[in-house]
Amino acid sequence: MKKLGAYWLMPELFEPKIVAFFCNWCTYLAADLAGTSRIKYAPNGRVIRVMCSGRVDPQFVLEAFAQGADGVLIGGCHPGDCHYQEGNYNALRRFQLLRRMLKEMGIEEERFRLEWISASEGDRVRAVMNDMVEKIRALGPLAKPTVAEGTLEEVPA
Amino acid sequence: MAEKPKLAFYWCAACGGCEECVLDLEEKLLDVVSSVDIVFWPVALDFKRHDLEAMADGAILATFISGAIRTTEQEEMVRLLRSKSRLVFAFGSCSQSGGVPGLANLWTKDSIFQTVYTEGASTPNPEGTLPQRTIREDGGELELPRFFDTVRTLDQVVAVDYYLPGCPPTPKILLAALDQLLSGRLPEQGAVLAPDHALCEECPRRDSHPERLALNEFKRPQEVIIDEGTCLLAQGILCLGPATRAGCEAQCVKGNMPCTGCFGPTSRVRDFGGKALSAIATIAAGKEEAEISRLFENIPDPVGTFYRYSLPASLLRRRRIESVPMTGTK
Repeated sequence: MKKLGAYWLMPELFEPKIVAFFCNWCTYLAADLAGTSRIKYAPNGRVIRVMCSGRVDPQFVLEAFAQGADGVLIGGCHPGDCHYQEGNYNALRRFQLLRRMLKEMGIEEERFRLEWISASEGDRVRAVMNDMVEKIRALGPLAKPTVAEGTLEEVPA
Repeated sequence: MAEKPKLAFYWCAACGGCEECVLDLEEKLLDVVSSVDIVFWPVALDFKRHDLEAMADGAILATFISGAIRTTEQEEMVRLLRSKSRLVFAFGSCSQSGGVPGLANLWTKDSIFQTVYTEGASTPNPEGTLPQRTIREDGGELELPRFFDTVRTLDQVVAVDYYLPGCPPTPKILLAALDQLLSGRLPEQGAVLAPDHALCEECPRRDSHPERLALNEFKRPQEVIIDEGTCLLAQGILCLGPATRAGCEAQCVKGNMPCTGCFGPTSRVRDFGGKALSAIATIAAGKEEAEISRLFENIPDPVGTFYRYSLPASLLRRRRIESVPMTGTK
């Protein structure tokens, strides 16, 4: 059975878990800059560095939600600035279709976000992360401990 | 005379199309029947559950199970068949990955009952009677199977040894599997018994696939006259060939219809819908948000399009149960 967080009894204890895929050339550097500039922001993100936002397979996003993330953030270079020229456009195309599909699956739009953040925008990392954490805190945890019949028994590994 | 190996067939949440595949073996079915004993096959033979229960564990060489698991009865039967069989084959998309019945994972038992029994235009039900678990008839009490909120694949209920993909699998796929089974040449356990490459590789229209696709419009098959010789994607028709396992010999494409993905993913992909969505999204032209969003408007139902045969096998498995409206599926 899914492990239930203490936040279910005490909602004020809920801390959103956000999986953040940051591209190596822009957003990851921006997060780095935020750190070296001692900019303080919500510590709820788990950053995963990828070479390009276009490398983020929709399966990564689905896996993150399936494993208990409350939100997924993809950060890439601004349009026209992609290190690989077209990667961020592919990220945008996948993001738009995937966000609609997630909505059909009951995952609210606020939980899945794509942001263009260049290497010099450390402050924007703070703004985006704080905003996302706030919105997800208001929505509550994604994996509510509702038990669907017929989903409990698994084949032992 | 040595005893013939025993086979069984069973169906769960399925349409019966997989049984058609067995009949489509045509005269080759006679060869199969002459080399095996079919000991249980509810759709065709009059053996009962107690006949099955009377068998020794492992008495059946292989059982082919079609259909997804959506009731307690189906779960009990597949557990029973598992204990009586040395090998279990998931037979067809529903059993392998949930199939079309698996799309019920967008709803719940209550919302489905509501739609079917109270809102259906051809179902007059003024008292609002819904299926019950027990019924009293002639002084006796009968217990009926329970209907789950969530449809499961066969391998989410019992261990599965081999998979035959397809909606339904082709007779050729079934015959090859039977041949491998009876000659003892089965591959590694857990294998999908079909080629492990994308459908595009065996597509007759392959040569007309352009080097780079950038679609300005997605069209639905009923909206256009489809050219019979050109790659469907190049014509703007949403074809899932690039993400789908080969083995069907491109029957739908040969019939001038796009692939909808019934053979499931290749072995390198975990979530078919995610990968199919990825393949389709990236061939859209457009670099502006509004433009891309307009392009995708002609894909009205992403879950039904990309998870048509595999929602229960997907990473998320079902729509979040608390987001399902309780007022019926319409």
